[in-house]
Amino acid sequence: MSTMVDPGPEAPEAPPVEAKPPTRLGDLLFSKVSLVSGLIVILFLAGVGTFLLIQGLPALDASGEATYGEPDIWKFVGMLLYGTIYASLIAIVIVTPLAVGLALVISHYAPKALAKPVGYLVDLLAAVPSVVFGLWGLEVLAPKLLPAYKWLNEHFSWIPLFDGSVNSRSLLTASIVLALMALPIVTALLREIFAQTPRAHEEAALALGATRWEMIRLAVFPYARSGMVAAILLGLGRALGETMAVAMVLSATGTGYLTLSIISAENPNTIAAFIANNYANASGDKINTMIFAGLALFLLTFVVNFAGRWIATRGQNKG
Amino acid sequence: MAKSIDVKDLDIYYGDFLAVQGVNVHIKARSVTAFIGPSGCGKSTVLRSLNRMHEVIPGARVEGKVVVDGQSLYGAGVDPVAVRRQIGMVFQRPNPFPTMSIYENVLAGNRLNARKLKKPEADTIVEKSLRGANLWNEVKDRLAKPGMGLSGGQQQRLCIARAIAVEPEVLLMDEPCSALDPISTAAVEDLIHELKSDYTIVIVTHNMQQAARVSDDTGFFNLKAVGEPGHLVEFNPTTKVFSNPDESATEAYISGRFG
Ligand SMILES: Nc1ncnc2c1ncn2[C@@H]1O[C@H](COP(=O)(O)OP(=O)(O)O)[C@@H](O)[C@H]1O
Ligand SMILES: [Mg+2]
Repeated sequence: MSTMVDPGPEAPEAPPVEAKPPTRLGDLLFSKVSLVSGLIVILFLAGVGTFLLIQGLPALDASGEATYGEPDIWKFVGMLLYGTIYASLIAIVIVTPLAVGLALVISHYAPKALAKPVGYLVDLLAAVPSVVFGLWGLEVLAPKLLPAYKWLNEHFSWIPLFDGSVNSRSLLTASIVLALMALPIVTALLREIFAQTPRAHEEAALALGATRWEMIRLAVFPYARSGMVAAILLGLGRALGETMAVAMVLSATGTGYLTLSIISAENPNTIAAFIANNYANASGDKINTMIFAGLALFLLTFVVNFAGRWIATRGQNKG
Repeated sequence: MAKSIDVKDLDIYYGDFLAVQGVNVHIKARSVTAFIGPSGCGKSTVLRSLNRMHEVIPGARVEGKVVVDGQSLYGAGVDPVAVRRQIGMVFQRPNPFPTMSIYENVLAGNRLNARKLKKPEADTIVEKSLRGANLWNEVKDRLAKPGMGLSGGQQQRLCIARAIAVEPEVLLMDEPCSALDPISTAAVEDLIHELKSDYTIVIVTHNMQQAARVSDDTGFFNLKAVGEPGHLVEFNPTTKVFSNPDESATEAYISGRFG
């Protein structure tokens, strides 16, 4: 057995021992390419950040005309941040149960023959351009929702959410469109997380006489908890920055209204939609104001995505 | 509460693949029955078909009959969930629920099917089950701690406690000691001896000394030939199987000439 004692007939073919391990051209090339791409990404991110800072900071003492009628920049960006976060949170409230349900159907309920096509279908949703979502929201969804809004307003206007003068192009319509746009990514992430549940935990639950739903509650959800939070945060990150659909669907002028109502004509506005709708006509100070708003969005999205990643990796380490 | 099991002409499939063919066996109530044989011959597959865990694998199915005290497990209208509540299972690797405390792990099965437990009732079940699994003295001061914090052998006894907490009629164990050190193994074997007075136990083991130590009856499984399905070669009282088996294949396996 020992190779030292018995060189055997193939000994002459053995490669000569070298002090240095051979470096292969492919490996070398690959490591250089990855390094360069990594550096480009970092440089790019830093470049965007610097641009936003240099162009946005002069807006700090903007007011009046330059802040679109708001007394100062903080009120201006605060209003827009409110709308951005509000719309995204409603979108997340809508998308979470949908995505959890769909992901469970794909990972645990549907037979393989059905799960695959459903999965593809959801993925396809991600390929629908934002403009198309906007058009659809405006032309198809909004009119369909109007009767429901009227009904809600009639019976539940004592809840601030459903107060005000009803309009189909309301914050809720925009949030539903946002939810549909975030659905593919959140579903895809959740489906992967659910599918990774250790078989041993699932079988432990089933062997105790758990129904499938009980098995999911006992084995899948506890295992997936941090992953679910991460997936939802990443979906939130997606909704925060979404522009076209909201710009097209939402009826809001200027920085919008500071209101809780989600079915009325008087809506808050989101940062991305505000910039999209106003940038073309802006000049001078207004450009700085808008870039400042962009900086706020950049930071917000960054923090949310970062939190999502952080929770995801922390969950992985835990097991 | 312990029940006997009759298996008649059982064929077990994974999709189109016939894994085990023609199993006939009578498993006595309040006894320990061991399944031995080389790996891949279908011991786990047969065991999992006794509580309908086999069919949770997509495409897996059985043909034939499994009768527990006169009631057919695979009869029309029999709910597999109800079957698994009556026939508990302990797996090769200890698998306590990682996010649950020791206390909650024991009660996991009792809390299923929306059953509400009052605190005193729950406490009683936990203590009784942990005592039953010979684990009470080791964990009684840290019931609120996670089950994953226990040693492998303790985790396995926790899984046994969890299985007996729902007072099943039969306990199936698939190589319950193969991931354990010798001391934990001895603890689990002692436990099997004690549980025998209340439960019908079927245990798969690759360890022949263990089969000889703990079981009353032994079934020897083997492949008919390479590429053929597994089958039950011999089923006899353990003393007979290990001293004077009917089949030469059993003799060869036991004396270590193959497998
Ligand atoms: N999930 C599965 N899917 C397909 N075939 C399987 C599966 N599990 C086991 N088998 C096959 O069934 C046969 C019996 O396996 P198993 O019951 O695990 O054997 P043992 O427990 O005796 O080692 C083997 O040929 C194995 O490859
Ligand atoms: Mg096995």
